[in-house]
Amino acid sequence: MSIDLSTTLGSAWFPAPVFTASGCASSGKELAQFFPLQEIGAVVTKSIMTKARHGRPTPRMAETPSGMLNSIGLQGPGIDAFLANDVPWLLEQKARVIVSIAGETVEEYSSLARKLRAVPGISAIEVNISCPNVENRGLVFACDPDAAHAVIDGVRRTLGGELPIIAKLSPDVTNIVEIAKIVVDAGADALALINTLLGMVINLDTMRPHLGGKTGGLSGPAIRPVAVRAIYQVHAAMPKVPILGMGGVATGRDALELILAGASGVSVGTASFGNPEAPIKVQRELAELLTARGFNSLREAIGFAHRVESQ
Amino acid sequence: MAGINRHAKTMVATLVSNKRVGQYHQLILDVGGVVNDFRPGNFVAVAVGGDRSSMVLRRAFAISRISDRGAYGGTMEIIVAPHGSGSRWFCAQPEGSEIDVIAPLGQPFGIPTHPVNALLVGGGYGSAPLFGLAEILKDRGCTVDMILGASTAGKIYAPLEGKRAVNTLRIFTEDGSMGTAGRVTDPITELLAANRVDVIYSCGPMGMLKAISALTANTDVVHQCAVEESMACGVGICMTCVLPVADEAGVVTMKRSCIDGPVMDGALVQWDLVGQVLPVNE
Repeated sequence: MSIDLSTTLGSAWFPAPVFTASGCASSGKELAQFFPLQEIGAVVTKSIMTKARHGRPTPRMAETPSGMLNSIGLQGPGIDAFLANDVPWLLEQKARVIVSIAGETVEEYSSLARKLRAVPGISAIEVNISCPNVENRGLVFACDPDAAHAVIDGVRRTLGGELPIIAKLSPDVTNIVEIAKIVVDAGADALALINTLLGMVINLDTMRPHLGGKTGGLSGPAIRPVAVRAIYQVHAAMPKVPILGMGGVATGRDALELILAGASGVSVGTASFGNPEAPIKVQRELAELLTARGFNSLREAIGFAHRVESQ
Repeated sequence: MAGINRHAKTMVATLVSNKRVGQYHQLILDVGGVVNDFRPGNFVAVAVGGDRSSMVLRRAFAISRISDRGAYGGTMEIIVAPHGSGSRWFCAQPEGSEIDVIAPLGQPFGIPTHPVNALLVGGGYGSAPLFGLAEILKDRGCTVDMILGASTAGKIYAPLEGKRAVNTLRIFTEDGSMGTAGRVTDPITELLAANRVDVIYSCGPMGMLKAISALTANTDVVHQCAVEESMACGVGICMTCVLPVADEAGVVTMKRSCIDGPVMDGALVQWDLVGQVLPVNE
């Protein structure tokens, strides 16, 4: 008997629990050669903004121990070209689609939500309020409780009650539970934990910051314990709020760790750079590990690390 | 854009030969029948460091030559300079090692449909993929002249067997330790002035590619260059290896050197904008 791997994020149902991570799958076409996109939970697209955007100057990446820094700066085609080209293609492949959006202002998030409201076939919207690669760190809405509330509240009002909102949070805060509660109060149905951590590498040849954008987001297995901790803390505080977990997942073992901490689904990000088949590989390994531990469904394992032992 | 990476295969390839050649390593991998999909200019992405490696990203190397004959059915050759921790690991692998690779990746060099005068310019070990290209151009009846340059003799890569595929080969080193003292741009200027070149194929450091593009600007000479930008993924998903490139209408956008390149039209690459913040298109 094969295990039930289905999961939900708010009102959105997914037949499988492994997703791509925003910014680590472009818009899906590049990965289609390596595995059928409809076999994973959903493709989470690269965060899209209103206008086409060139992004930050090169160099944009630096490998670090068990991880990497990136400084892309949300390069993308803009929402209109994205909706005309990328979303229809993904739906043709029968892939489920979570569209990630990013804005420079509260109003930009709402206007992006307005464009998405009318698009059929989208499973959910990820509201990326935590991209570290913006010129003004004040724009990282997820580091400011009032700004985080204002963005999610604006998107919720614009969308109405239909499409689930997944708020993507930054681990670069003193108290992630506080921010998580605020965005849930504002209308988020689920949380994406965690975005990258802000970091820097200095090049010893030039003796200056290596990245063109100076700072970048740290990702990869190096940050996985941070993700596990954030998911565990937030799930403990709000066990009914679904979490899409991410941060250094490269194997089924890593995915199971995040699920036991409280994630309802898991995104594979940086691991796809090293192995474009990583999402489907992680999903297969996760199914085997759940079965080996006697779980009949993924749902039974969500937050299992929090259980109270009873006689 | 569908069909991106359409020939790419993930596979475990056996390292059948690992030889030191000057400052470089010549590595030959058994990849079997898929070698028939490989074209000059394609590259391979290699996982480095083994299963428990702290190096999470693949390393991209130009495929220098392929063979579809012999004991293994199909092999590819890569020339690697052991400069960083990943390339040093790769060069230290013994023959018989199993190597995790994805290939072929990237846009190859365009091959002319009729015989032309082709000039192949290689900087350092950037010459490696040009020898496989030279064989194909020669088979198509092209005249193939090759110019190689480097700072010093030890950094010139020019294998004996490769020399058979070219009509002429000239070598330039900045310190004069091999061939003529000077840079590859000096003879290119002369050949262009003499109308001896229809197409330039180049591979090497970005400064060399930029200099050749300046020489071919406002001429009818096509310049196909294989660019070099650091890549995290090699398959088009990370957006780190981008370069400013104009389209036919002159609109400049950031193109990925992995899937839109590595071979690009040197006349369209905006060399002066590399590493800059691009102005917003109106």
